[in-house]
Amino acid sequence: MASHGIKDQVAIIGMGCTQFREHWDKGTDDLLIDAATAAFDSAGVAKNDVDAFWLGTASSGMSGLTLSQPLKLEGKPVTRVENFCATGSEALRQASYAVASGAYDMAMAIGVEKIKDSGYQGLNAAPASHDGTKRNLTAAAMYSLVLPAYAARYGVDEDELRMVVAKIAEKNHRNGALNPLAQFRREMPAEKICEMASVAGRLSVFDCSGVADGSAAAIVVRAADAHKYCEDPLYIKALSFVSGTGGGLIDPDYDYTTFPECEMAGADAYRQAGIDDPRSALAMAEVHDCFTPTEMVLMEDLGFCERGTAWKEVLAGTFERNGDMPINTDGGLKAFGHPVGASGLRMHYECWLQLRGQAGDDRQIDLSNRNLGLVHNLGGYPGEMVSFVSVLGPELG
Amino acid sequence: MRGVISFGGYVPYRRLDRSAIAAVMGRGGGRGTRSVASYDEDTTTMGAEAARLALRPVDGEPRALWFATADPAYLEKTNATAIHAALRLDASAGALDFGGAVRSGIGALRTALGAIGPTLVVTADMRGGLPTGADEANGGDGAAAFLIGTEDDGPVVAELLGSASATEEFVDRWRQPGSPSTGQWEERFGETRYGPLADQAWKEALSAAGIGADDVDVAVVTGSHGRAVKRVAGRLGVARVADDLAAAVGNTGTAHPGLVLANELEQAEPGQTIAVVMLADGAEVLILRATEALAAYASALPVADQISAGAEVSYATFLQWRDMIRAQPPNRPEPTRPSSSAAARAQDWKYGFVGSRGTESGTLHLPPARVSIRPEDELDAMDPAPMADVGATVVTFTIDRLVYSVSPPVVFAVVDFDGGGRLPVELTDVDPDAVRIGQRVEMTFRRLYEAEGIYNYFWKARPTRSSSGD
Repeated sequence: MASHGIKDQVAIIGMGCTQFREHWDKGTDDLLIDAATAAFDSAGVAKNDVDAFWLGTASSGMSGLTLSQPLKLEGKPVTRVENFCATGSEALRQASYAVASGAYDMAMAIGVEKIKDSGYQGLNAAPASHDGTKRNLTAAAMYSLVLPAYAARYGVDEDELRMVVAKIAEKNHRNGALNPLAQFRREMPAEKICEMASVAGRLSVFDCSGVADGSAAAIVVRAADAHKYCEDPLYIKALSFVSGTGGGLIDPDYDYTTFPECEMAGADAYRQAGIDDPRSALAMAEVHDCFTPTEMVLMEDLGFCERGTAWKEVLAGTFERNGDMPINTDGGLKAFGHPVGASGLRMHYECWLQLRGQAGDDRQIDLSNRNLGLVHNLGGYPGEMVSFVSVLGPELG
Repeated sequence: MRGVISFGGYVPYRRLDRSAIAAVMGRGGGRGTRSVASYDEDTTTMGAEAARLALRPVDGEPRALWFATADPAYLEKTNATAIHAALRLDASAGALDFGGAVRSGIGALRTALGAIGPTLVVTADMRGGLPTGADEANGGDGAAAFLIGTEDDGPVVAELLGSASATEEFVDRWRQPGSPSTGQWEERFGETRYGPLADQAWKEALSAAGIGADDVDVAVVTGSHGRAVKRVAGRLGVARVADDLAAAVGNTGTAHPGLVLANELEQAEPGQTIAVVMLADGAEVLILRATEALAAYASALPVADQISAGAEVSYATFLQWRDMIRAQPPNRPEPTRPSSSAAARAQDWKYGFVGSRGTESGTLHLPPARVSIRPEDELDAMDPAPMADVGATVVTFTIDRLVYSVSPPVVFAVVDFDGGGRLPVELTDVDPDAVRIGQRVEMTFRRLYEAEGIYNYFWKARPTRSSSGD
């Protein structure tokens, strides 16, 4: 019994990603067609070349019909998957396993979310039937618990920590400003974010991910076949997923300064990929910055720095695009936007561009010493979450 | 001899300063304060709180629960059943509503004093009226509960000496279902009816008790006709008329005779004789005598302590809570109604706040779970863990200004229970600025919201008020 992984067995040969923004002029169908077409074009294949599809959407449609109908897929299997905000990554994970198993030669993972048709602000999932005793609290409020907890545990002044997480938003906005597909293209100084009204705990609206519509897609084949389609495929080194017990909510030992599900998923992914020291092995990471304190804690949970030091590394600029450990070079959920079902694949899209040197002169990170990338994608809340981690690289071995 | 075994009065935390009414409206109001049920309270939840306080000092379990209010949360559906569930009474203990009329509270109490078996009488009311009206200013919200029985059911702290009733049909105060205000006939007419009815019932009750008016130490006189109540109180010929709590609480209608009586019992000496006179569509009189057992009786949370612990609510907020004005809600989906079948399956959790505890690990699970978060517990190796009366401490908290609420912002805390166990839970009866880590809290039964005509009852935590939750 073990998580063996499928290191170097599957390769991404093409990807597509729509702009993430308020697409008042595009529906779910349009977004899916646009992302799928971009991915087909990227791989140089037609829709009929793809043997099976995994569609990730949290709430923009039910069943495979959500994809097979707009794309007019004839006789193809389409599976709709949902795993909270990690839905897009889950689609890629399933498509990759299907190809690795030999069941199919070519599979597509596509994620979509059409959020802005709800008429409400923010993300609002339709609840299942319930007994009326569930918590009534926004995700922002749950994640806002991290700030005072972290400040207390590591003896950091709360006002200083508030500025630290605003710096994370500032960095992600700076990255997003350079990215033509990102929802927010304007820089936002941390000082200004700190002056804004709090909406949950000490978090302001600018500590929360952007709410956007969008879609992203990937086409995967067995690694041995990759060069038939693509000169520079991106190999999957690790795919890990942990769904938590929810124990953090009721365990008095849980202190809201770490997300154990993320730490476990990271450790599993590093085992699969054969990584001992992620900080020296990884050239970049796309992580789930749903709220600014989330990104800070993830730096420690994913082993990019020691416990209690992420806040210092943020201030030192470690996670800037030109820093030692670039994080969310595309702007992250914060500036790129967060169409739930698409976000995981959007993160992989940034790795697809960066690790193959395709991000463009103004955005391209340095790959001279390291060429592996990591994607971290979570869903849920502190104490009860699902977490995905993948590792990708442009070379076998 | 049948009498009161235990009792509890409940005064909600919020107070409206009556002078705030004229400050906004230019008229109305008056001096002093009135009690105000929070936006997440109704007569059912206040009744449940009073009942919890009443049952806390005693071991016995009622064989019947009678609930009386003039402001029922539901018609058609029995409201007493939610209180029954919150108290975790046995299914064989019947739960009945005494419906509609202000007189039904004292009526239920008098009927229980003549009934068989330990009976828990719960009375509650929310009084109000249109802005600037006398009912708005002089009304109050509150509840009172009495466990009635004989010595077989527990020490009787106040025994019934006698009672009487006088009834006549006349239209003095009336309200149709759903109406926000109560009508009143020209005041002097009612006065002419209540006087003779009160005289008749008073005389009969004294005769039944075999005492004279001068043997009565204190009389609790309440009713729905202010002038008649004053007039009658002045001519009973008793040593003292009880403080009617008008200055701080107001007239809590159906609950008022019970609330004022509870306050008097909390200050009474053994051997004292206490009369209760209620004027509503006639007159009801009870004459009780405090027994020696009262000396050893300790209220879980005396009415006087609750009155002094109150905190202000603004008139604007009061009007919103009473649906007199509607503020713009956050642009978020409204909550959905709870599933009746899911709620029924979770009854002990939802209404009784019962979790489960692993038999090996002792780890508390809220809500109750079949599989433990600790590996040492076998499947289904769980014991029920009733947590409603267990105190807790705030570990951390946050203020949510985004989430939908009838009265934003939502104050939310992670709390650790005494003896182990944790729950992230909404706080109530608290100002956002006053929450702090380390604060002591206790659980309270509340109405979380209403959706599609269904009220969603569950528990919140509030800063500790009762001595046992400390």
